[in-house]
Amino acid sequence: MEYFLQQAINGLTLGAIYGLIAIGYTMVYGIIGMINFAHGEVFMIGSFLTVIFITVLGSLGIHPTFTIIALVLLLVIPFTGVWGWSIERAAYRPLRGSFRLAPLISAIGMSIFLQNLVQFLQGARNKPIPVVVPGGFTLVESDGFPVQVRWLQIVIVVMTVALMIGLTTLIHRTRFGRAQRACEQDMKMAMLLGIDVNRTISATFVLGAGLAGIAGVMVAYYYNVVNFYDGFLAGLKAFTAAVLGGIGSVPGAMLGGLLLGLIEAMWSAYFSIEYKDFAAFSILVLVLIFRPTGILGRPEIEKV
Amino acid sequence: MPGFPMLEVRGLHARYGAIEALRGVDIDVAQGEIVTLIGANGAGKSTLLMTICGQPRASAGSIRYEGRDIAGLATFEIMRLGIAQSPEGRRVFPRMTVEENLKLGATVADVKHYDADLARVYKLFPRLEERRAQRGGTLSGGEQQMLAIGRALMGRPRLLLLDEPSLGLAPMLVKQIFATIREINAAEGVTIFLVEQNAYHALRLAHRGYVMVNGRITLAGPASDLLANPEVRAAYLEGGH
Repeated sequence: MEYFLQQAINGLTLGAIYGLIAIGYTMVYGIIGMINFAHGEVFMIGSFLTVIFITVLGSLGIHPTFTIIALVLLLVIPFTGVWGWSIERAAYRPLRGSFRLAPLISAIGMSIFLQNLVQFLQGARNKPIPVVVPGGFTLVESDGFPVQVRWLQIVIVVMTVALMIGLTTLIHRTRFGRAQRACEQDMKMAMLLGIDVNRTISATFVLGAGLAGIAGVMVAYYYNVVNFYDGFLAGLKAFTAAVLGGIGSVPGAMLGGLLLGLIEAMWSAYFSIEYKDFAAFSILVLVLIFRPTGILGRPEIEKV
Repeated sequence: MPGFPMLEVRGLHARYGAIEALRGVDIDVAQGEIVTLIGANGAGKSTLLMTICGQPRASAGSIRYEGRDIAGLATFEIMRLGIAQSPEGRRVFPRMTVEENLKLGATVADVKHYDADLARVYKLFPRLEERRAQRGGTLSGGEQQMLAIGRALMGRPRLLLLDEPSLGLAPMLVKQIFATIREINAAEGVTIFLVEQNAYHALRLAHRGYVMVNGRITLAGPASDLLANPEVRAAYLEGGH
């Protein structure tokens, strides 16, 4: 039971991170009907920026305090936001109105390009950083098995919940959110109401990239090591989470992320940690076969 | 009665892919007028309204609105100049409430007018107020039509483009919608360009009319003349209205 609880805590943390990345996939799919396969790389860039900032600050003799940790977060968000914006401008917008597969192929190209760019600039080796948020506490202990919660896990989960609430408010209560949903439901009509559709799409990319950046920072803090290849697997997992929850649905992405994180943690605990990716991607296949609209997806999302 | 020229369309061509939908269209709408464009299904009427709004772009010819050439502008820029459209098929946002739809209609308007404008639309269409929290996709056809027109009005347009507001509505409702259009024009001075298949009602409502056949204007004149014109009667009015 303690073991289960421990894995539930770990799975919840992982799920929160998947959820943060999955939102970027699902929002972009919702508005322009494409899968942004370079999204995982934006997350990876967020992690690398964290390593760079922490290292630079460390070499200046500044030790990671709470303020520094928050400062790094605030620095990384605009950076990844600009990356998200640039990717859309450079690789997707010129192809809008082209045949359906064109932006998808462009996205895969962009993903490979970004991986190689980071590999070229930062090297292929793992980059470690010191533990910046140490410590935790023991939740319960029995039979010599302590269920431990790291402070960082609490930070990740609480922050994710706060971001989800903020995002939901943004989408449902603000002018931008209304414009965003209008574009999603009928882009041509949105234009006829004077909505600048290009700007709305750009903002969606920036928003998704910002959230991926936050996830990147958290993962760098959590695992203390980054690699240029990290974005690929995390991206695919988050994509799986988005499909599981129902691609196009923001609450679905949150739910899908959470479920995938929990499934992966439980699989690792009770079956085999080597094959946890097998579990995650089997879910992708099963969902696509038996419930392609996911848990919260709408029955049919045909783009006109 | 007609004021200065509001919309001047000259030699307009537009195409959808390989199909040339407009083949040299000339239209004038003066400030304060109700002008109608009648014609059969597929004549190019809706294409004309959409081309005025930049979707698709004109392939040749000019569109002047309040003296300014708008043919090269992006759709959202055109709509910010005081043109609103209630388009073919109504295009109500299905997963948004009536009130959210109306709020989106007010995108181009100054926020300070919002409450008054909303009250005005609810006064014109009390049904919408009853349905304010309901999703657009769950409304009846007539309610969606009211919503599409109300949404267009929320942008405080000087020129209102209406595409077949009577389509699929019960005769009682058609009468009501046309009465509302007349009220919008007479009481608020909104210029109206109305595309209709229901030629009888449209010509009774409008000051002037045009007839479109295969992407070209074949007849033009005061609405009462067109109503009496034997060609128009034979093609668009016989067989009941």
